[in-house]
Amino acid sequence: MKTLLQGNYAVAEAVRLARVQFVAAYPITPQTPIYERLSDYELEGKLGGLMMRTESEHSAMAACISASLTGVRTFTATASQGIALMHEMLHFASGNRVPVVMCNVNRVVALPWAFGSDQSDSLAQRDTGWMQFYCEDAQEAVDTVLQAYKIAEQVLFPVMVCIDGFFTSHFLEPIELPTQEEVDAFLPPFSIPTRFDVKNPAYVGNVVSPEAYMVFRQRSFDDMEKTRPIIKQVNEEYKAIMGRGYDEIEAINIQGAEIVLVTSGAMTSTARVAIQSLRDKGIQVGLLKMKAFRPFPAEEVRAALKDTPKVAVLDRNISIGKEGIWCQEIKAALYPLEHRPMITNYIAGICGADVSPTMIEDMVMSALNRKEPADLPIWVRRD
Amino acid sequence: MVMEEKEYMRPGHMACPGCGVASTMRLVLKILGEKTIVVIIPGCQAVISANYPNSVLTVPCFHSAFEIAAPTAAGIANALKVQGQEDITVLAIAGDGGTFDIGLQSLSGAADRNENFIYLCLDNEAYMNTGIQSSSSTPERVWTMTTPGGRRGRKKKLMQIIAAHRMPYAATATMGNPLDLMDKIKKAKVIKGTRFIHTLAPCPTGWRMAEDLTAKSAMLAVETKLFPLYEIIDGTEYRITHQPQGLPVSEYTKMQGRYRHFTEDDVATLQSEVDGEWEQLVAMTKGCRL
Repeated sequence: MKTLLQGNYAVAEAVRLARVQFVAAYPITPQTPIYERLSDYELEGKLGGLMMRTESEHSAMAACISASLTGVRTFTATASQGIALMHEMLHFASGNRVPVVMCNVNRVVALPWAFGSDQSDSLAQRDTGWMQFYCEDAQEAVDTVLQAYKIAEQVLFPVMVCIDGFFTSHFLEPIELPTQEEVDAFLPPFSIPTRFDVKNPAYVGNVVSPEAYMVFRQRSFDDMEKTRPIIKQVNEEYKAIMGRGYDEIEAINIQGAEIVLVTSGAMTSTARVAIQSLRDKGIQVGLLKMKAFRPFPAEEVRAALKDTPKVAVLDRNISIGKEGIWCQEIKAALYPLEHRPMITNYIAGICGADVSPTMIEDMVMSALNRKEPADLPIWVRRD
Repeated sequence: MVMEEKEYMRPGHMACPGCGVASTMRLVLKILGEKTIVVIIPGCQAVISANYPNSVLTVPCFHSAFEIAAPTAAGIANALKVQGQEDITVLAIAGDGGTFDIGLQSLSGAADRNENFIYLCLDNEAYMNTGIQSSSSTPERVWTMTTPGGRRGRKKKLMQIIAAHRMPYAATATMGNPLDLMDKIKKAKVIKGTRFIHTLAPCPTGWRMAEDLTAKSAMLAVETKLFPLYEIIDGTEYRITHQPQGLPVSEYTKMQGRYRHFTEDDVATLQSEVDGEWEQLVAMTKGCRL
């Protein structure tokens, strides 16, 4: 049975179903409804533990880290300025190898002050050692939060689940919520022992030598590489119980495509409509939806785009001084190919600006008709 | 009071000779015992406590980030509550920089929620670990590396901020009065909620004094009324726990190089400030409010 839910409330449902034992949070638009709904659950006795209403996102993450080290399942949610304030603790979480799961509701970062959807807040946390997954809709958000716990607790990395502010977070969508029995069958109770055992005391977070520091960093790097098969395996386990799942990338109609459009997040749904319209007009266009950002599925991207002459990457974010962030990653992933496609980067939908199917069709056609690659990204605005 | 024989700090730590931080930690841990989880943040206490793969402490310890001693401790305390292990004491240890300055917001948040842990502030009146830079705990006109002409601005009255949170227990203490210190830790240990212990922890290195003057300087801080020993129950009930002799403040300042440049006028000004603050404190014990 499907339930009509806003994306934020859907995420809160997933957190409840995951029997999360500790939530620390701080309000920020557009994440706040997650925090509010979890507060309701706590009052109603539906949360598997307790909540800490912190005085900042920085403290929320600090508390999630220390609670996780003590041996409980933790959750927080944030956005925009909140994740920027948390930045220091994001490094701390991955350095501590704690399986904290966080929902980041993508929103622009000031200045200028604004509220719309934009992935720059979480993509800017690229090098903090977190796993990052981007969701197309609220259903995927529910499913990804549940998968995130199972992945995180196996690989001991924190996981960020990103949804588009206002689009995914606030739109009402029919959601297939798993039952508690299904979730319990999929996700075992938290079983990582406490790091603060008074019977067997140890020190967490010592000062290390340069040599030891490098050993730890390399171990984290190597361990992140080892997460790739586990992400796939957890998705298969989820599919077996719930009947749906999501690969790190989703390739649609890429066989024989003259051009492939690469998207992520909520814009993918719009792109699906645009691509279908173009195909109806006889254009051989494919779609590549990116879900995983870290670890980056470079091999999968190469396999999907190796025979494509042209690629258009649509970014709802910008790295000033370079280009869209997904585009940089796609280009880097494709570099080892002998015949690399011509890649055009489109910056659109910044701060939640509307991106219509027609605009996407125009981008695809402009990229398809290009004779020379563009050095700089092309900004697409509806004005 | 019978002194606990068992030690929870091993010898061989990395503190400077005569470190007031190390001796205070030792006394506090003796009272809290083995069912304790310690949160440490950057500062002397962190460098003293562990260089990988060693640890000076015989209890579990987490070296967290600078501004979050309180929420880190609260995260552990809440997780212990979920696990039904509330018999374990969580102790957050921070210096004056981590308490008066960068960690004040998160301490205030935790105290406001009355999170269940003991917060031990080891106040040596400057950023000593980074090499003697001024904090908002550094007394007025005192020399540090970043206030070479003497600090402008008075030492923050932290205990009044603490009291404003109405936490169940707050106290001042020093290792120079160890029985008083340990008595307060004993009291704090059995209370639930946020408990705050502000200790003056003399630093021979940063205070520019001989390393055998640590305890003496702490005792003189108390006996000159410069650092009175008292406790605050529920943020309202003030009790002085040791009646100071009222020695002149010059007894305290003359032993420290950081006061070397003080003129007679400076000392007189300090004396009159100390006298005024003492009167205020005494009035508070009689129920007067600021």
